[in-house]
Amino acid sequence: MSVTLSIAVPGDHIAISTNPATEPFWQAARERRLTACQCGSCGAFRMPPTPFCPKCQSKQLQWPTLPGTATIYSYVVCTRSPYPDVADFVYVPIVVDLDGAPGTRLVSNLVGVDPATVAIGQRVQVEWNPIQDGWLLPVFRLAD
Amino acid sequence: MVWEHRDKAAIVGVGATPYYPRGQSWPRTTNEMIGDAILAACDDAGIKVQQIDGFAYYASAMAGYVDKMDTASLMEMLGIPEVTFTATLTSGGGGSAGSMGLAAAALIAGDATYVVTVMALQQAKQRLGTVFGALAPDPENSFLQPSGLVGPGHLMSVLARRHMHLYGTRREAFAEIVMSSRQNTLNRPGAMRRTPLTLDEYFAAPMLADPLCRLDFCLETDGAVAVITTTSDRALDLKQKPVYIHGAVHGGRAQWGRAFAWMGMPDEYFASAGNKSIADRLWAKTGLSAADMDVALLYDHFSPLVLMQLEDYGFCARGEGGAFVESGAIRFDGGSIPVNPHGGQLSEAYIIGMTHIREAVEQLRGVAINQVPDAELALVTGGPASLPVSGLVLRK
Ligand SMILES: [Zn+2]
Repeated sequence: MSVTLSIAVPGDHIAISTNPATEPFWQAARERRLTACQCGSCGAFRMPPTPFCPKCQSKQLQWPTLPGTATIYSYVVCTRSPYPDVADFVYVPIVVDLDGAPGTRLVSNLVGVDPATVAIGQRVQVEWNPIQDGWLLPVFRLAD
Repeated sequence: MVWEHRDKAAIVGVGATPYYPRGQSWPRTTNEMIGDAILAACDDAGIKVQQIDGFAYYASAMAGYVDKMDTASLMEMLGIPEVTFTATLTSGGGGSAGSMGLAAAALIAGDATYVVTVMALQQAKQRLGTVFGALAPDPENSFLQPSGLVGPGHLMSVLARRHMHLYGTRREAFAEIVMSSRQNTLNRPGAMRRTPLTLDEYFAAPMLADPLCRLDFCLETDGAVAVITTTSDRALDLKQKPVYIHGAVHGGRAQWGRAFAWMGMPDEYFASAGNKSIADRLWAKTGLSAADMDVALLYDHFSPLVLMQLEDYGFCARGEGGAFVESGAIRFDGGSIPVNPHGGQLSEAYIIGMTHIREAVEQLRGVAINQVPDAELALVTGGPASLPVSGLVLRK
């Protein structure tokens, strides 16, 4: 019996928008660089990016390049298309703890996996899914 | 120290339209259904609609998530001459139970004499279950929506998975919550789902967002429910036995925050319903605990969140919600704490929390269809959603 592997949500159906606080994340993504919003004063990370550090209220920001690896914190298996004009497909939304940015998570997708084998705690590695308007969306694949 | 204003305000009238499957209330407009519910609530209370001088909404005064409620329009439509209080709790359905606290605040402060709280859903245009997918992505949900988590149920399945991982919670527990709710609508003419549900049927239902199947998702319903509150001294002169607002709280902690719209919660919040701090404050305010409740009307938009609320409010310990419900504890017939004897949002109808307030009032008046004998104290919850979440204790 063949196994249907999970795929990314079709990029031509995904749009994002940005504001001055979030744009650096997406600009980095465009360069295939995974980053997270870090306070320039106290070093605390936060995601999604916001104008103030909730720890020290500073507006100083830095955007370090993260290793691009992460750990699955939770996941869901979906087998229905969220779009009326796209046939059903298997996708696996995941919430991951990001390496190199303690305390931050990203909501993403796990691609190229047999959904029956996904488990919390698995190590994953970022890759990039082209979406509307030339942006790249971070998605993940099981790490080697 | 217990709250000095316990029992100083009371629910004196409840009114509702029939409940309709999603979209089928059309051509009745949102405002027409709101008007019918408010007039029915006034009639139930024995007051004239012109006596209403306060509006205490929740969910940012949105009717559902795409339509709005506007006090001036409702005054114009119903002939209400003047309002002295009109306010809302922020965000969404998390504030449903807390709206009774907003009403009580207005009444106790002397800012209004008869306050109405109302919610209506009319989904002819946009169904709530996929509302996020229909929104244009703003910079905040651009970090969420591209994952294909298209509705609240998909988001909450992420929390349910974590609870299963941490505590060994089984799908059988979610099934029991749905089956228990369904058992309570078999004798309920107005309910959307009234056929018995077996464990086999539950497991045969399609998975929408594994670990959640279609039956774990609440109904999508149209309709309106309105509640009238007044001060307890005025309440004594009205038609119905007052149901007292014994304590009501809303709010919540930053660690829960936007919750499943954020997913950054630390573990003890992530696999919860975000109501723990609400529960602590509610029990402190009333001097009561879970063990004192005769019936619990828990916001059941998704079955796993019922289990997590049972933990938050202390009906069982953290992580034991699964075993607790699987023991039969929440059954109307024979359970230690009957949960949602009206069938809740999973089996009766979903009007964003208002059916729970309505059922609590009927239980405490002693006129409920599935009446808990001698019910004197009822817990009603709102949420679990973005803050505020809320809790309410009503007393006979
Ligand atoms: Zn800082």
